[in-house]
Amino acid sequence: MTPVKDAIIKIAQPQVEVEGLNLFYGDSQALHNVSLGFPAKQVTALIGPSGCGKSTLIRCINRMNDLIDHIRMEGIIRIDNENILDAKVDVIELRRRVGMVFQKWNPFPKSIYENVIYGLRIAGVRDRNLLDETVEKSLRRAALWDEVKDRLHRSAMGLSGGQMQRLCIARAIAVSPEIILMDEPCSALDPLSTTRIEELIIELKGDYTIIIVTHNMQQAARISDLTAYMYMGGLVEYGPTKQLFTNPVKKETEDYITGRFG
Amino acid sequence: MIRRYWREGEPYVWASGLALSLVLLLTALLLYVVIANGIAVFWPRPLALAALGDQPAIMGEIMQREPNPATGQERLQFKIGNRDLYGLDFRWQNAGEIQTLTFPPEAYVLERMEYGNFYGFLRGFALNEPAAPGLTLKTALQSIKGDRHQRAALQKEINRQNKQVEKLQHKLAQLEYQGQGQAARALELRRAKAALETEFRQTVDRLDQVAGRLRDQKAIFVDAAGTEKAIILDEIVRYYQPNTMSMLAKTGHYLVKLHELLFAEPRESNTEGGLFPAIFGTIMLVFLMSILSFPLGVLGGIYLREYARQGVLVRMVRIAVNNLAGIPSIVYGIFGLGFFVYGIGGWVDQLFFPERLPTPTFGTGGILWASLTLGLLTVPVVIVATEEALGAIPPGIREGSQALAATKFQTLVKLLLPMASPGILTGFILAMARAAGEVAPLMITGVVKLAPALPLDTSFPFLHLDRKFMHLGFHIYDIGFQSPNVEAAKPMVYVTTLLLILIVLIMTSTAIALRNRMRKRYAIVDV
Repeated sequence: MTPVKDAIIKIAQPQVEVEGLNLFYGDSQALHNVSLGFPAKQVTALIGPSGCGKSTLIRCINRMNDLIDHIRMEGIIRIDNENILDAKVDVIELRRRVGMVFQKWNPFPKSIYENVIYGLRIAGVRDRNLLDETVEKSLRRAALWDEVKDRLHRSAMGLSGGQMQRLCIARAIAVSPEIILMDEPCSALDPLSTTRIEELIIELKGDYTIIIVTHNMQQAARISDLTAYMYMGGLVEYGPTKQLFTNPVKKETEDYITGRFG
Repeated sequence: MIRRYWREGEPYVWASGLALSLVLLLTALLLYVVIANGIAVFWPRPLALAALGDQPAIMGEIMQREPNPATGQERLQFKIGNRDLYGLDFRWQNAGEIQTLTFPPEAYVLERMEYGNFYGFLRGFALNEPAAPGLTLKTALQSIKGDRHQRAALQKEINRQNKQVEKLQHKLAQLEYQGQGQAARALELRRAKAALETEFRQTVDRLDQVAGRLRDQKAIFVDAAGTEKAIILDEIVRYYQPNTMSMLAKTGHYLVKLHELLFAEPRESNTEGGLFPAIFGTIMLVFLMSILSFPLGVLGGIYLREYARQGVLVRMVRIAVNNLAGIPSIVYGIFGLGFFVYGIGGWVDQLFFPERLPTPTFGTGGILWASLTLGLLTVPVVIVATEEALGAIPPGIREGSQALAATKFQTLVKLLLPMASPGILTGFILAMARAAGEVAPLMITGVVKLAPALPLDTSFPFLHLDRKFMHLGFHIYDIGFQSPNVEAAKPMVYVTTLLLILIVLIMTSTAIALRNRMRKRYAIVDV
C-alpha cells in the first residue's frame, strides 16, 4: 500500500508562488483561495473545464488583469520572493520578466523583423547589431528562422496561423524573460502546427519557466512536468504530471481526466 | 412560388438596388448640369449678324433656341452685349423675323473693364496724335503699353507710401493713447508724416496725368445697327474675332481664359475675370480649419476611447458629440460671431490694439474666426471617426503590446494610432469636404464679396488672420443671387460651382490616396 499523498504538492523552491489568491470581477468571485508554487525551468500545465479560472490565474502573474476595469485581487503572488501584487511593483519591469503568449495569435501589422524586436524597441534598444542578433536568435529558438529568414522585412500578416503563433513566441523570447505564460497557445491551430509548438515548448523548458493553460489533456500529458487541475475557481489537485494522469488522488480529477466529466 | 420569392428577399434586393441607382442618378444629373454648362463657358462662340428687315440689325452669340411659349414659333436668344448702348445683354428674336443670318468675319468681340462685352466692327482710331496708316487694334494696344506699365508702377508706389503713412499714423495713435501726443518723438513723427503726404500727393498727380493720357486713346467701333461708339483702348481687356478663329486659336483662347479664371482678380462685381482670391480663400480656410480642428478631434477621440472610464458620463458625451454634427451650421455661425468675433476678438482688441478702437482689428469677422467656427463644426466628425477607428482594433493587439512591457501610451503611439490612421483619415476627408462646402456660418464670421487683400501676402507679418476673405461657396451665392445682372452672371455661377467641386475632389482624393496607402500598410489579416 502506497502512502496517502497530498492532493496538492509543495514545491521546494518555487520561482512563482501563489498564496491565498482570491480574485473578484465586480461582485462575482473568479478565484477562491488558490495557493500553489511553480518550479523554475519546468513546464507546468493548468487544466480544467472552461471558466474554471486557469486563464484568470496566469493573467495575474504578469498583472495582465490590470487592464480590466472593476477587478479586485487579494492574496500574494511572489516571484523570486517579491510580492508582485504590491501596488509599488513596476508593472512594466514585471512584464519584461514574465512574457505571455495568447490563445489567439496577435502579431502586429508590421514586418516580421519589427514584430520580434517590438519589446526591445519599447525598452529603448537602438543597437542595430544587437537587434539583428536578437531577431535571428529568437526566431531560431522559436523554430521559425528557416521559414522566414528570406522575408524578415515583409509583413507578418503573410504568415500562416502556426507561423504567426511561433512568431508571437519569438517575440516573447526576444526580451529574454524568465517566465513565459501561455494561454491555450494551440487551441486554434491544426494538429501539425500544434505538434511543432509542443516540440518548441519542450525545447524551451530548460531555459524558461513555462506555465501553460490547455484544454487538451494529451497535450498536458505530453509536454508538462507538473499539472494542476482547477475547478470552479479553486485548485483541486496539483502534482507531477505522470502521477496526476495515472494515479490521481482525488475522485474529481479522475473523473475529469478520464472524460467522465468536463 | 410567391412565398419562396418573398422568403429569398428578392423585392428587398430590388428596392435596395433601386435606392442606390436613384441616388446615383441624382448625383449624375447634378454633375451633368454643372459640367455641361460650366465647361464650355470660355469656348468662343461665333458672332451671328441677324438682318431684321425694317428694324435695325442685331449681332451677338446665339445662346439657345426654343419654341416661343406664346406663339409656338421658334425663337432664338442672342447675347447682344453692348450694355452701355442697349441696357440689356440678352434679347429673344423670333426666327421668322430674321431675314438673313450671317457670320461676318471682321466682327470683333471686346472684353472690357466695364459694361461687359462689346460686339461690333472696327472703324478707326481717335488717338492723341494722328493715327499712323495701317494701324491695327493690336498695334494700337501695344502703343499704350508703356503708359500702362507706368501707371502700374505708380500705383505700386502709392500703395507703398500709403502703407508708410498708415504705419506712422498707427505709431502716433499709440503715442497719443499713452498721453504723449506732444512729446518730441510725436512731433518728429508728425513732420515725417507731413513730408510723406506731400510726396504722396505728387505721385497721385503723376498718376492722374498718365491716367488722363490713357483715357484719351480710343478706338472707334460701330455696332450691328451702325451706332458709333468710341471705346477707350485702356478699357479693352481682350479682343478676338471668333468667326475667323481656327480650332487652335479657339483652344488658345480657352486656355488663356482658364488661366485668367484661376489666377486673376474678379472684375465687374465678380461676374467677369478670375476667381483667384476666392480659390485662395477657400483653400486657406480649409487648411486653417484642419490645423485647428484635426488635432483637437483626434485627441478628444483618443481620450474618449482609450483613457476615459467607460460609463454613463462617457456615453452621454458620446451622444452629445454625435448630436453636435446635426446642429444647423448657421447656429455655429451665430455662436462664432458671438463667442469668437465679439467675445475673444473684442477682448484681443482691448488688450493688444486699444489705440485703434473703436475701429476693430480682431473684433470683426476674419479668416481666423471663420476657420475656428468651421473647426468647431467639423470636430465632432473627427472625434467620432477617431473613436470608431480605435474601437475597431482587435483587443489582442493591445494585450500583445502591453504583455511585451509597453505602456498604454507606447501602445497607442506605436501601434494603435498607425493602425487607426485610415479610419481617422476618413474622418478628415468628411470634415474637409463639409468645411469646403459650408457657406452659411462664413457669411457672418468674415466672408466678403470682394476682399481688398489676401490673408497671406508679402507684407509683414505675412499671415493676416484678421483679414476678411473671399470664398467660392459664397461667391456662387453672391453672383448667382445678388448680382445686378443675373443672366450675364449665370455662366460664372456654373464655372465657380465646377471649380469648387473640383477643389473638393482634389483635396479629398489626396486624402483618400493617403488613406489607402495606410490601409494597405496596417491591414490586419485573420488567418
